Amino acid sequence: MTQDPQTVNRPPDSSPTSTEASIAVGHPRNATNLGRGLVSVVARWEVLLIVILAVVIWEGNQISPFYIDWTNFGFSTGGTMEVAIMALAMTPIIITGDIDLSVESMVGLSGAVLGVLWAGGLPLQFGIPIVLCVGLVGGLFNGMLVTRWGLPALVVTLGTLALYRGLAQVVLGTSYVSNFPKAFTDFGQGYVPGTSVPWTLLAFLTAAAIFCVVIHMTWIGRQVFAIGKNKEAARYSGVRVATLRTALFAVSGMVAAFAGVMLALRTNSVRSDNGSGLTLIVVMIAVLGGVDINGGKGTIPGVILAVFTLAALQSALRLAGVSSEYQNVTIGLLLIFSVITPQLARQFRVLADRVRQGRHRPVRDPIPGEVVR
Amino acid sequence: MTESGPIDVIKSADEPSAPPPVALAGVSKRFGATQALADVSLDLLPGEIHALVGENGAGKSTIVKVLAGIHQPDSGAVVLDGKAVLLHGPAHARSLGIAVVHQEPRLFPDLTVAENVFTGHAPKGRAGSINWREMRRAADEIFDSLSVRIDSGAIVRGLSMADQQLIEIAKALSVEARVLVLDEPTASLSAHEVERLFAIVRQTRDRGVAVLFVSHRLEEVFELCDRATVLRDGRHIVTAPTSQLTAPDLVRYMVGRSVSLFPRSAAKIGDVLLDVHGLTRVGAFRDISFSVRSGEIVGLAGLVGAGRTEVARVLFGLDRADAGEVTLHGRRVRFRSPSAALRAGIAYVPEDRHLDGLVAGFSIAENVTLPILPRLFPRLFTRSSREHSLAAGYVDRLRIRSTGTNELVDALSGGNQQKVVIAKWLATNPRVLILDEPTRGVDIGAKVEVHRIISELAASGLAIVLISSDLPEVLAMSDRIIVLHEGRVSAEIPRVEASEERVMFAATGQIAEDASSGE
Ligand SMILES: Nc1ncnc2c1ncn2[C@@H]1O[C@H](COP(=O)(O)OP(=O)(O)OP(=O)(O)O)[C@@H](O)[C@H]1O
Ligand SMILES: [Mg+2]
Repeated sequence: MTQDPQTVNRPPDSSPTSTEASIAVGHPRNATNLGRGLVSVVARWEVLLIVILAVVIWEGNQISPFYIDWTNFGFSTGGTMEVAIMALAMTPIIITGDIDLSVESMVGLSGAVLGVLWAGGLPLQFGIPIVLCVGLVGGLFNGMLVTRWGLPALVVTLGTLALYRGLAQVVLGTSYVSNFPKAFTDFGQGYVPGTSVPWTLLAFLTAAAIFCVVIHMTWIGRQVFAIGKNKEAARYSGVRVATLRTALFAVSGMVAAFAGVMLALRTNSVRSDNGSGLTLIVVMIAVLGGVDINGGKGTIPGVILAVFTLAALQSALRLAGVSSEYQNVTIGLLLIFSVITPQLARQFRVLADRVRQGRHRPVRDPIPGEVVR
Repeated sequence: MTESGPIDVIKSADEPSAPPPVALAGVSKRFGATQALADVSLDLLPGEIHALVGENGAGKSTIVKVLAGIHQPDSGAVVLDGKAVLLHGPAHARSLGIAVVHQEPRLFPDLTVAENVFTGHAPKGRAGSINWREMRRAADEIFDSLSVRIDSGAIVRGLSMADQQLIEIAKALSVEARVLVLDEPTASLSAHEVERLFAIVRQTRDRGVAVLFVSHRLEEVFELCDRATVLRDGRHIVTAPTSQLTAPDLVRYMVGRSVSLFPRSAAKIGDVLLDVHGLTRVGAFRDISFSVRSGEIVGLAGLVGAGRTEVARVLFGLDRADAGEVTLHGRRVRFRSPSAALRAGIAYVPEDRHLDGLVAGFSIAENVTLPILPRLFPRLFTRSSREHSLAAGYVDRLRIRSTGTNELVDALSGGNQQKVVIAKWLATNPRVLILDEPTRGVDIGAKVEVHRIISELAASGLAIVLISSDLPEVLAMSDRIIVLHEGRVSAEIPRVEASEERVMFAATGQIAEDASSGE
C-alpha cells in the first residue's frame, strides 16, 4: 500500500556496537555502583547530606568558637563510633530487605561475657576473641532462623533482642565489672599518638573502607543488591540467597560484639544493660544515609556521611546547651525529614511532569509484580 | 476461516460511512531518547479484527497503552466516533468502552481471581455493597466460556503465567466493550486455550465490536484477523487486508528483509547427558522418565498445567522430587539449590521473566552477568568494562533494542526483556539447557535468531530441553517430543512421526493408553 515490500530497507542496526559510548550515560535511578556519571552524582542523596553537614557545621561554628576544633571533633565522633560501626554492618542487611534489631542486646551480651571472663582472670587478649565468637554465633542464629525457617527478620531479631539481653543478665546479674587494664581502655578512650583522631574513629574508618569496597566493588555486593531487588530472580540466577543473608547476620552479630567491646573499654565498665536503645540509632543512621528501608538501595558513603552529620549535630546541640530531651526531638525530626524528602522529591517530579504536559497521569505505569509490596 | 465471509464485504467497501468508533490520528510518543511512536494513524472498524505486528520495540504496546489511557500522546490524538478525546487514565478509557488485555498481566497478587476480574466494576448488591456471590458466578461464567478451569476464589499469587493471562482476558471480557484490545494474549497459552480464545474473539467481533490483536505468531494473524497493520521503529509501514498479504510479505515489512523460519541444523547425537527416571512430585507430576543426549533437543509439550514447568523446577533444584532419580553424565544427582544445579552445568530459562528472570532496577549488563559473577570475576572485584563488553556481545547477537548495555531492563519492551533473560542463561555456558517458553513475546527475527542459537548449542554438544506452548516451534526444533498430560508422560514421539495432530491428541490425553510403549 504505502510501500513496496521489495524496496523496504532495514535501517542501520540501532543497537550500539561500542559500549564505550553508552557507559558514559549515567543513570540516576540506579544506586548499585558508585560514580555513574555527572547526572547521577548531582541527583544523589549523598550530596544533600553533604549540604546538611555543611550547614550544621556552619551553625555550630556560630554557636561556639570551640566547635571547629580537633579536640571537639575527636570528642564528638569518639562517642558515636559504636553505633557507627554497627550501622555499617546493618546497611547490607537492610539492602537485602532484612533488618537486625538484636544488635543492642548483643552489645550488652558481649560486654557481660567480656566482664565475667576478665573478672574470672582471663586476660583480655583472649577474652576479646571469645566475645567476637559469641557475636558471630548469635548472628548466625539470627540468620539461620530467618533463612532456614523463612521467618521475617523483624520478628526473629525482636525475639533475640529480648533473648540476648536476658542472657546478658544471666551472665552478669546485677553486678558490674570495671577496672579494665589501661593498655585496653586507651583504645576505647585515647587518641592515635600525635593526633586528635580517636582510636575508635580509626577502627570505624577502616571498617568503613572494607565495607565500601565489598559492597560497591565486588560481586558479593552485587549479589546483595540483587537479593534486595528481586530475591526470586537472584535465586534462579544461582545466588546463594540463604547463605549470603545468613552471613550478613553473622557479620552484624560479630560487629555488634566488637562494638560491645569498644563501649566497655571506652566507659571502662560493663553492666548487663550496656547498649540499650542503640538499635534505634543504628537503623536511623542507615536510613539517614539513604538506605532504602524496603531494600534494594543504599550506599556506604551515604552511611558514613550520616554518621558525621549526626555527630556534628549532637555536638552542636550540646555546645548550644540544648537539653538531652530536645536533642532527641531534633534527631527524630531529622530522621523523619530523611524519610520524607526522597518521597517528596518523587512526587514533585510527578507534579512537574503533569504541569509540563498539562495532563493527569502517572510518569511510569506500575511494573507488574511491584503493585503490591 | 469460513465465518469471516460477510466481514470481507464490510471492510472492502470504501464509501465514506460513519467514522470508525476508534482511531489514532497522527500519534507520536517519546520516552527519553526513544521515539516509541512517530505519527502513527490507525482505524479500528466495528466487526473487524485488526492485527498489529512488528518487531520487539516497534511500538505495539505503546499504541495499546495509548488506547488504554496509560500513556498520553505527545502529539496527535485518540479519536472516538470522529471526536478527538483525551484519555485521563485506564478507568476513563474503560468507561468509554475500551477494554484492554495488557502484554504483561497486571494483577493484584493477593486478591482472588474473581476480585481481579472485576476490579473497578464489581457487581453491586442492594445496599451498594459488593455482591460476592454474583461476582464469583460471573467470573466462572467467563472462564466456562473459555472452557478453562480456574478457581475464581483462588488467590492470584502463585498461579502460572497462562492462568494470569487468562484472568487478564476474562477481565477485558467482563466489560461491555465497543473496542477490545489484546496485546499478545496468546504468548503463554497452548493451542487448546488459543482455539477457545479465538472462538470468543470471533463472537465478540460478530457482535460488532472492533478488535485490535497484537501477536508475534503470524499464523494467528492469518487465521484470525481481517486486516493487518505493520509497525517498524515506531512508524506505520502498511495496513492491508490479510487476504492480500502472505507471511513472507509481513516479515519483510516488519524487519525489512526476508527471514527463513526454524533453521534446524543436523547435530551429531552423542551419549546420554541427562536421564530422568520415575520422577515424581506429589500434586504436580508422576513417574516421569525420559533422557536427553548430547546434541539432542527434546521438546516437552502439553497443555497449560500439564506439569512441564514443575518438572523443570525439580531438575534445576528449585523444588525437590518425592521419588525417582536424575542422572547427569552418569552420576546420580540431587540438587538442593539452583546454584548447585548451575555448578553442575544445568541452566534453566524461567517462563516468568518479571518474577524469576530479571532483576528490575539492574542494567542489561548487570542482569546478564548475575549468574556468572564468581566465574567472570574470580578476584572478587567487578570490572564494568568486562561485563559491558560481554553483555554488548549478546545485545548485538540477539538484536536487543536498547540505548546501551547500561540501560535498566525496566525500560525495555517485553520482547527485548525476554532476550536479556535468554542472554543471561546463554552466558552461563551450560551443558544441559532447559528453556521454558524461550520465545514468549519475541519477534520473528529474534525468534529465528534464538532458534539458530539453540540449534548451534545442540550442535556443540549440549543437551536441550525445550518447553514451549508454540506447537510449530516444538515440532520444528525437537528431535523428540515428550508429551505430558495431567502430570504424566502420555506420549514420546520421534521427530519423523511428529505432527500437530499427534501432539494435540496426546496432550489432551486421547492416546494415553500407549504411554508406556516408548521406554
Ligand atoms: N516506560 C518506558 N520508558 C522508557 N522507554 C520505553 C517505555 N515504554 C516503552 N519504551 C520504549 O519504547 C519502545 C517501544 O516499546 P513497546 O513496548 O511499544 O514495544 P513493542 O512493539 O510492544 O515490543 P514487544 O514486541 O517487545 O512487546 C521500546 O524501544 C521501549 O524500550
Ligand atoms: Mg509489547
